[in-house]
Amino acid sequence: MADEDVTVLIATDADIVVARGEGRALAGRLGFSRTDATLIATAISEIGRNILVHAGAGEVRVGRAGDDHRVAIVVVARDEGPGIHDVKRALEEGYATGGGLGLGLPGSRRLMDEFDIETKLGHGTTVTMSKWRERDRHAVVRDAPDRDG
Amino acid sequence: MPVPILKQGDYLIASIQSALIDSEVLELRDDLADRIGRYRSQGIIIDVAALDVIDSFVARSLRNIARTARLRGAVTIIVGIQPDVAVAMVQFRLNLEWLQTALDLEEALAMLDRHTRERDRDGG
Repeated sequence: MADEDVTVLIATDADIVVARGEGRALAGRLGFSRTDATLIATAISEIGRNILVHAGAGEVRVGRAGDDHRVAIVVVARDEGPGIHDVKRALEEGYATGGGLGLGLPGSRRLMDEFDIETKLGHGTTVTMSKWRERDRHAVVRDAPDRDG
Repeated sequence: MPVPILKQGDYLIASIQSALIDSEVLELRDDLADRIGRYRSQGIIIDVAALDVIDSFVARSLRNIARTARLRGAVTIIVGIQPDVAVAMVQFRLNLEWLQTALDLEEALAMLDRHTRERDRDGG
């Protein structure tokens, strides 16, 4: 993540719309398809709302990852809220503490290629998720070490 | 900016004009519930073509609108779900079984007309 990084502070529901708009805009600049840009924007929307509901405030950073040939978008959502007591359960369907239906985290994970949660009770949560550009996702699979022989 | 709601005969048509913040989604729910009673509406059409995403909050809110409307005697049809938004909703695995949809306004109006005719016939 470097020059293209954009950070959006999340403190109100309007900030969620701004954050997913930035994600969509960056996806467009990096050559992601419209559908993939919408998948990314939807995941940002979910994670942004999680910040608002569970922590009250935080930030979402979107940026480019990969190398000269392959491009991914990385989203890092960070808060200093109460943390998640049981991450494994939070990633299961139907587990919700914020009045939702417990779809947010598992649903967002399905929209992205990589998804990671770091959390510490009383200190906060950081969700890092990324998605490869469609044509590069195949290149990543092709170049995986176990395929090189 | 509140979502404009047009009254057309026995129906209400809510045309979402842009991405909505959460509080505007809830406002739309309350506005519709209020107007169904005031106008004795039989059906609601919500045009979501301008929504940039339909995430779990928006989907849940739309479902609550449909359920509330049902209790008030009206049917809800969602129109204009964009192709990329539809892909995201499926991949997210949103529960969509409750959802009555139509491709566009014309089809939604025809569905509501059919529904109203059937109900009048069965009721009479």
